[in-house]
Amino acid sequence: MDMLAGKVKVTSQTLGSNMNPTDFVDRPIRLTARDVTVHYGPKQALHGISIDIPDRAVTSFIGPSGCGKSTFLRCINRMNDTIEGAKVGGRIELDGQDIYAPDLDVVELRARIGMVFQKPNPFPKSIYENVAYGPKIHGIARNKADMDEIVISSLRKAGLFEEVKDRLNEPGTGLSGGQQQRLCIARAIAVGPEVILMDEPCSALDPIATAIIEELIDELRENYTIVIVTHSMQQAARVSQKTAFFHLGNLIEHGDTEDIFTNPVNKQTQDYIMGRIG
Amino acid sequence: MATDTLNSPGAARARAVRSSLRRRHLSEQIFRGFGILAIALALGFVVLLFVDVFRKGIPAFVQSNLHLSVTFDPEIIDVSPAPARNGFATEAEFTAASLAWQREVALLNWNQVIEASLRQAAPAGTDIDSRTLLSIAETNARHQVREMFVANPTLLGQTVEIDVLASANAANWIKGNINRELGDAQQQLAAPARALIDTFVDNGTISNGFAWSIFTNVDSRSAPAAAGLLGAFAGTMWMMLIVIVLAVPIGVAAAIYLEEFAPKSRLTDLIEVNINNLAAVPSIVFGLLGAAVFINWFHLPISAPIVGGLVLTLMTLPTIIIATRGALMGVSPALRQAALGMGASRTQMVFHHVLPVTFPSILTATILGVAHALGETAPLLLIGMKAFVASVPATPLDQATALPVQIFLWQGNENRNFFEPRTAAAIMVLLAVMILLNGVAIFLRSRLEKRA
Repeated sequence: MDMLAGKVKVTSQTLGSNMNPTDFVDRPIRLTARDVTVHYGPKQALHGISIDIPDRAVTSFIGPSGCGKSTFLRCINRMNDTIEGAKVGGRIELDGQDIYAPDLDVVELRARIGMVFQKPNPFPKSIYENVAYGPKIHGIARNKADMDEIVISSLRKAGLFEEVKDRLNEPGTGLSGGQQQRLCIARAIAVGPEVILMDEPCSALDPIATAIIEELIDELRENYTIVIVTHSMQQAARVSQKTAFFHLGNLIEHGDTEDIFTNPVNKQTQDYIMGRIG
Repeated sequence: MATDTLNSPGAARARAVRSSLRRRHLSEQIFRGFGILAIALALGFVVLLFVDVFRKGIPAFVQSNLHLSVTFDPEIIDVSPAPARNGFATEAEFTAASLAWQREVALLNWNQVIEASLRQAAPAGTDIDSRTLLSIAETNARHQVREMFVANPTLLGQTVEIDVLASANAANWIKGNINRELGDAQQQLAAPARALIDTFVDNGTISNGFAWSIFTNVDSRSAPAAAGLLGAFAGTMWMMLIVIVLAVPIGVAAAIYLEEFAPKSRLTDLIEVNINNLAAVPSIVFGLLGAAVFINWFHLPISAPIVGGLVLTLMTLPTIIIATRGALMGVSPALRQAALGMGASRTQMVFHHVLPVTFPSILTATILGVAHALGETAPLLLIGMKAFVASVPATPLDQATALPVQIFLWQGNENRNFFEPRTAAAIMVLLAVMILLNGVAIFLRSRLEKRA
């Protein structure tokens, strides 16, 4: 697998294996951000981010630590709301609907925009209950049979079903790190979201587990709009079709992954990709 | 070369490290030594406490019984026949007649019955006056035979074998709680009584048995040998019930609200500081508050477990709130994010995820808080629960006392020789209840944690 290779040499060959530019360029825009700012108390973390995120493609956010990529990701499903003292400005739209509108129910929003976190965080409950939790609270399954179907198909989509089918009632926390992360993906899928946000989903995983998740992301993009924050440029190159480079709370450059990696316009982007900053 | 190596700069550094290492090891050993000493001291005191309490208390669980042949002598028991139900037209008339008859029975001198049976048990020719003779048996013996007669009037003229309690003074003499060498003037029992007790012990008329009376009787002043903890135990149970019903839900709910829902503001900061301060308020102050608020304003009865329970609730609340908040604070943010990220509302996050994982700690903290309230004495003194109450409270509004207060009362009883062991026995009962509660807390915690 190419992700096991050492220092990446970015060429179009190392980009997403099944990447075909015509596959996604014409995808409609799903998410629109305009002048998004975030303040944590007196400290400004984001300085006016504007970006369009296309439907059913993988968009990756890259940049050095503290550049604001995770902060921006968390704006998209309003997870920043849960942080004391965080203030979000600007406008983010999902299908033209302002997600910070006062009459928007954040619970409903999060059912439409799922999230996978950096560290696998399954609930301390059984594998089945982990996946069934979302459908249960959102009232998606009508009965037990419905629920079974949702759980199994979600686990299948997350590529986990075969590994856990005999122990659905065992605790999700007993799985390996990579399996836990796929369980978290299955859990997110179970609600039937349109967008899946992933905040460095592989940073706590070994290379093999990382490879499996990356393949999974590639499969999932056929049905979901995926936004992934990653520290690994190789990963961004491998899984995403669009890449956005963040630095010091600013969106420096964004565009097709291939262009960003092979032909960056901005000097800072170039430096980062060449490993000079970060 | 060896010398070269030793003199090289690297070797000098190694020497310096080695000597500093020695210092570090020494300081670690000293610290460990102090730690072990501290633990040994603490354990030593606990062991000392238990040994002392048990050594003093265990003898109190043995009571001296007098086996007597009691004759319901018609000459002493000179009463009209007990009314029979069929002799009266209405239930009310029968009840009235029965009560009148019982009053008549109560007026008899039942001590004569006891005296006669004691005299019969004594060896022939024993010269002893009736007052001295009666001092051997506990004063409740006469109530015991009277109640037997009231329950069964056909006993008239019959002789039955019964056990009555030896008096507290007799028990002191038998158990050696009083110095047998003391002169007559300092003895609580007259010489003939002491001699007769020894005879009774020798011939088996007096024997020892387990003192069930501690558990089945209420407190008694006139018959100290029959004094028991039942009333105090019931009072304590009523109060614990009130504390559990009030303090646990209120405390846990307050903690959840403050920790999970309340906006962080100056007001919540102030509330937090005050809760922490409340936990440090001396318990006797809560007693004053209880007397002023619950008794003076709300006119709740004095000496009642309801007031005690409310006061202990107020006292336990800060403990439960602080412990619960601590447990909630310890929940990993990852779990909260996972729940919120799934679209759970704040309430769902708390009740589906945060509470289940903190439940064992909340439960433990709660049980320990309740156990603390169980041993609390000072506030109860101020709301009148140190009154002498010789009945089992049937409701929380009845007068009652509590286990720790009973210990306090017995500790102050004038018959020191008899009540010192009994106080220790009461402490043992209180400790047993506490250890039981703590045991339940540990058991539940380990079980719930295993399941989680």
